[in-house]
Amino acid sequence: MNVKLRIWRQRNAQEQGKFVDYAVNDANPNMSFLEMIDVLNESLVNKGEEPVAFDHDCREGICGMCSMYINGRAHGPQKLSTTCQLYMRNFSDGETITIEPFRAKGFPVIRDLVVDRSAFDRIIAAGGFISASTGQAQDANAIPISKTNADLAMDAAACIGCGACVAACKNASAMLFVSAKVSHLALLPQGDPERRKRALAMVAQMDAEGFGSCTNTYACEAECPKGISVANIARLNREYLNAAIVSEEMPK
Amino acid sequence: MNWFSTFLTSSIGRKVVMAVTGLFLISFLIVHCTINAMIFFNDGGESFNKAAHFMGTNVIIRTMEIVLFLGIILHIVQGFMLSAKNRAARPTGYAVTNPGANSKWYSRSMTLLGTLILLFLVMHISHFWTHSRLGGIGGISPLDETMIGDKEVLNLYALMISTFQSPVVLIVYILGVISLCWHLVHGFQSAFQTLGVNHKKYTPAIKGIGIVFSILICALFAAMPLSIYMGWIA
Repeated sequence: MNVKLRIWRQRNAQEQGKFVDYAVNDANPNMSFLEMIDVLNESLVNKGEEPVAFDHDCREGICGMCSMYINGRAHGPQKLSTTCQLYMRNFSDGETITIEPFRAKGFPVIRDLVVDRSAFDRIIAAGGFISASTGQAQDANAIPISKTNADLAMDAAACIGCGACVAACKNASAMLFVSAKVSHLALLPQGDPERRKRALAMVAQMDAEGFGSCTNTYACEAECPKGISVANIARLNREYLNAAIVSEEMPK
Repeated sequence: MNWFSTFLTSSIGRKVVMAVTGLFLISFLIVHCTINAMIFFNDGGESFNKAAHFMGTNVIIRTMEIVLFLGIILHIVQGFMLSAKNRAARPTGYAVTNPGANSKWYSRSMTLLGTLILLFLVMHISHFWTHSRLGGIGGISPLDETMIGDKEVLNLYALMISTFQSPVVLIVYILGVISLCWHLVHGFQSAFQTLGVNHKKYTPAIKGIGIVFSILICALFAAMPLSIYMGWIA
């Protein structure tokens, strides 16, 4: 199959970018989207041109590295999948595909389709962890956890931190990401000692990074490759209200 | 900054302000709609004028009126501030977007719908509130008075009847009410979500009640100017 590509090219964070048109002919419909870009890049390199820079790593949908805003959708048109798991058979022959980087103040473009998502790392560093004592390992299953909570925590922990929620949100809000991280720890006894401090610190860092606020359009849930539920956002709101209003924990 | 202002200026705190004021304004809509619906008794406005007289003279209600205005102003100002902040969170937009694939248009258009309601509100307040509360001050024409039993009350009903004789007013009111309806369809369930109420058992009911409430209250509000204009109520 043949496709026309309109790809955002930008040399670095400082320079202005622009769309450049390319054509990929004889693409295999069973190629992944990233493999199709590999083919394009190979032809660009052979012609002596700069290849298109894009993020990728595991290519099996679990690392959260690939991004791309394809035809107006984060990770492209297919539900519950990352760009690396998107296949060319999802597009029609001769289609023009527009590929842009994720756009958000918190995700500045580094080059072409690569954005700097280290804001997420800083949010995690602010409170997305538990403090564990070292020493002898505890017996397995020594702490009872209800099946319901274990399942909810596991669902929240499925977040791969790709940033599609931010990319899809009209407010570039990171609430789904932060709520997944807060939820998966708050639902488990190991996360309990620091839950108040965590909610306050992670929300403060999220705001400091320049992400927007949540207006409950639920676009994030619809575009999340891991199907993280917006029920987590309500849980984050509860955690934050509890920490800020009910608990004696003081914000920094 | 102290803990309370830190909370209020955080992204979640600002949303909580929107949710709390929004739910408060919803409670006002219920009272407002119930009292106005008394015109449907079609008794020449007697019950309506009686209720309006109570609302205009009761100390508690008059105090709540001040709280109501503060609530409206807070909701509007915070709404515009959030909207500006949210726009600033994406300085460079996308060339191609497909928002219909992941969200509802009315959820994304709350600022626009709110602005339309605000424009309607300015007109609505100048039609009724200024005359009934500030009549006689600074050239604002006061309302006529009418007798109910041996009590003299302001004839707000007569002002309502005369205002809704104009087709332009009728259309603007219906458009205002339609904006309100879409605003409520999103806002009702959104307020609960913001306050952390998302529950496997209750959320489907909250969403259902929100939609039924929005349509019902807006249909009632729209029926008022319409039935007066059509002469169903004399």
